[in-house]
Amino acid sequence: MLEVRGLHKRYGDLVAVQEVSFTVRPGEAVGLLGPNGAGKTTTVSMIAGLVTPDAGEVRIEGGVVRGETDPLKRKMGLVPQDLALHDLLSARDNLALFGALYGMRGAELRRAMDAALDLVGLADRAKDRVSAFSGGMKRRLNMAGALLHDPAILLLDEPTVGVDPQSRNAIFDNLEELKRRGKTLVYTTHYMEEAERLCDRIVIVDHGKVIANDSLEAVRRLVPGVNVIEIEIENPGQGAEWYGGLRALDGVDSAEWQGSLLRVTMRDLTETSPGVLEWLRAHGYRCLHLASQRADLETVFLTLTGRSVRNL
Amino acid sequence: MSFTAFIALVRRDLRLFFMDRRAVIMSFVAPILIASFFGYVFGGASADQPASRIAVAAIDQDRSAISKHVLAALGADKALEVKSADLEAARAAVRGGKTTVAVVIPAGFGDGAAKSLFRGGDKPEMQLLYDPSHNAELAMVRGILTQHVMEAVSSEAFSGGTGGTGGAGPGLSMSFSMPYTVREEAVTARQGVKYNSMAHSFAGMSVQFILFMGIDAGVMVLLLRRSGVWSRMRAAPISRFTIIGSRAASSAIVAMMILCVVFGFARVVFGVRIEGSFAGFAGVCIAFAIMTAAFGLLVAVLGKTPEAARGIAILATLLLVMLGGSWVPTFLFPQWLQSASFAVPTRWAVDGLDATIWRGASFTAALGPIAAMLGFAVLFGAIALWRFRWDGPA
Repeated sequence: MLEVRGLHKRYGDLVAVQEVSFTVRPGEAVGLLGPNGAGKTTTVSMIAGLVTPDAGEVRIEGGVVRGETDPLKRKMGLVPQDLALHDLLSARDNLALFGALYGMRGAELRRAMDAALDLVGLADRAKDRVSAFSGGMKRRLNMAGALLHDPAILLLDEPTVGVDPQSRNAIFDNLEELKRRGKTLVYTTHYMEEAERLCDRIVIVDHGKVIANDSLEAVRRLVPGVNVIEIEIENPGQGAEWYGGLRALDGVDSAEWQGSLLRVTMRDLTETSPGVLEWLRAHGYRCLHLASQRADLETVFLTLTGRSVRNL
Repeated sequence: MSFTAFIALVRRDLRLFFMDRRAVIMSFVAPILIASFFGYVFGGASADQPASRIAVAAIDQDRSAISKHVLAALGADKALEVKSADLEAARAAVRGGKTTVAVVIPAGFGDGAAKSLFRGGDKPEMQLLYDPSHNAELAMVRGILTQHVMEAVSSEAFSGGTGGTGGAGPGLSMSFSMPYTVREEAVTARQGVKYNSMAHSFAGMSVQFILFMGIDAGVMVLLLRRSGVWSRMRAAPISRFTIIGSRAASSAIVAMMILCVVFGFARVVFGVRIEGSFAGFAGVCIAFAIMTAAFGLLVAVLGKTPEAARGIAILATLLLVMLGGSWVPTFLFPQWLQSASFAVPTRWAVDGLDATIWRGASFTAALGPIAAMLGFAVLFGAIALWRFRWDGPA
């Protein structure tokens, strides 16, 4: 459905995207993951035609997208990171404008607007000015604007930025419904739990390069330590690497301090966790709480890059 | 009051102010520029610079010694730039704004004036055709003319060249009187049409505020670039011409609407009529609206941010409206500045509107300003398209 081949973009001395390639099959939801500045938005911008790549190409159903007016662009709908809405216009007037960009008018446009507003749960607010909407409602309307021309592929660039948990859930309900309808989704985010909930496949980008590209399960298997223990410490040490000695213990794959929690990954919970607790006790650190879980994408990213997504 | 907090807040404000370089430039450069301009125009910055001279057409139908003397004296006057002309050409030049006053010395003026100097009686009549938007200059020409006529007539009369004193006879008491009368005629679109000073005022202010609208239109493009709307437009299968052309078209439509409303108000409330070619007036308005649209696009490439672009554009617009004669009529400028002002589109706009509204200019006469403004529109549009940053992230 969508093929991205060797995309490359440089801004002066900064290489924003290097040789990014991946394929998205029809009906598939692909998560483009990475920290802020990793090159996700630049990649999506090149796919959508907003940024001209220095090298590489984008293919849709086998055809290379060329130029601003290429009809292949109709097969994509973009949900940009910044809200694409005119605050002084009503929700319906906003949608009418975006539909007109794709040549829609009359009854066809009215039907499309009704369907989009219905999907995002804003049918009863259609005539209200966007300025009166909450942040979550604006985000939902922002998504509706990309659905009018019934694109096969939806490019969603961090569509849940800045919304409350309730609105995020509402947006996810919409996305899951779109997935059920067979839409192909390309979803950029640095929220790992979002990608885990929605995506069939994960493309991890860091410093402009693809460092992992596989199914969710296969990406998880990239992590040698499939178990994580999170330990709440009463008296954490001073300095950046007070816990660094843990990494030298047999069986410990990584150790990371996140806020008030120490996250330690390991292959064998039974064999390794006692050693971790013993190290903490020996160094005078008191454990207030301990929990274990399976490795998630956050852990994958941590393992692949040595850095936490959220701390970047 | 916490003095520490007070000092910290003041320091913060000053730091933020001086960090915004364009705000600093606007705050310091704009008043210096505008004050210098007005000081120069009204006071003269240097005695070395030649002052602006009043354009005067001289029509000598008398060809007497007195009339030749008067014209020679006028020609030698440093305040005037005198050219000989025939009556119709002079009238057309005054109507077109190229000449401020036309002095018509009728046949028999010399003889009659010399006699009237001593005897009174029927005095010859000199005619002044003047541009009614230049009243101050008319008064100046009238004074200079009186001085030179009196000199010429008295010189001729006392030398006996025209028999003035001879006619009085020896022993008769002599009393002097003004030896001529003046008939002044404001040259407007046609005879019977009075000059309405509101016409120029509305033309100048329309030009200024439409340009300000153009700035807003340009800044809006930059604001759009910051929003997702720009991304959505670029993601759609439409050309950049559609995106930018639609922006320019909407600016031009708003500019036309402003012109219609402003001149509609002037017509209803102040009786300002289109005395010249209506097609010419419409053409000037359309050309100015297109030029404004292109100016708006130019604004969008002046700065990287909306704030920066707005600051630069306001400064540029103030210069344009000053040089264009929206605030001060251009005839008050020094001569070189009057010539230089043709290099700004606002001069053509104000002149074009003046010409078609009250000077009675034909459509053909309006073609010059129309062509000039369309030329500026092409130039501004080309620069905008050349410099516009199309690429931008989602």
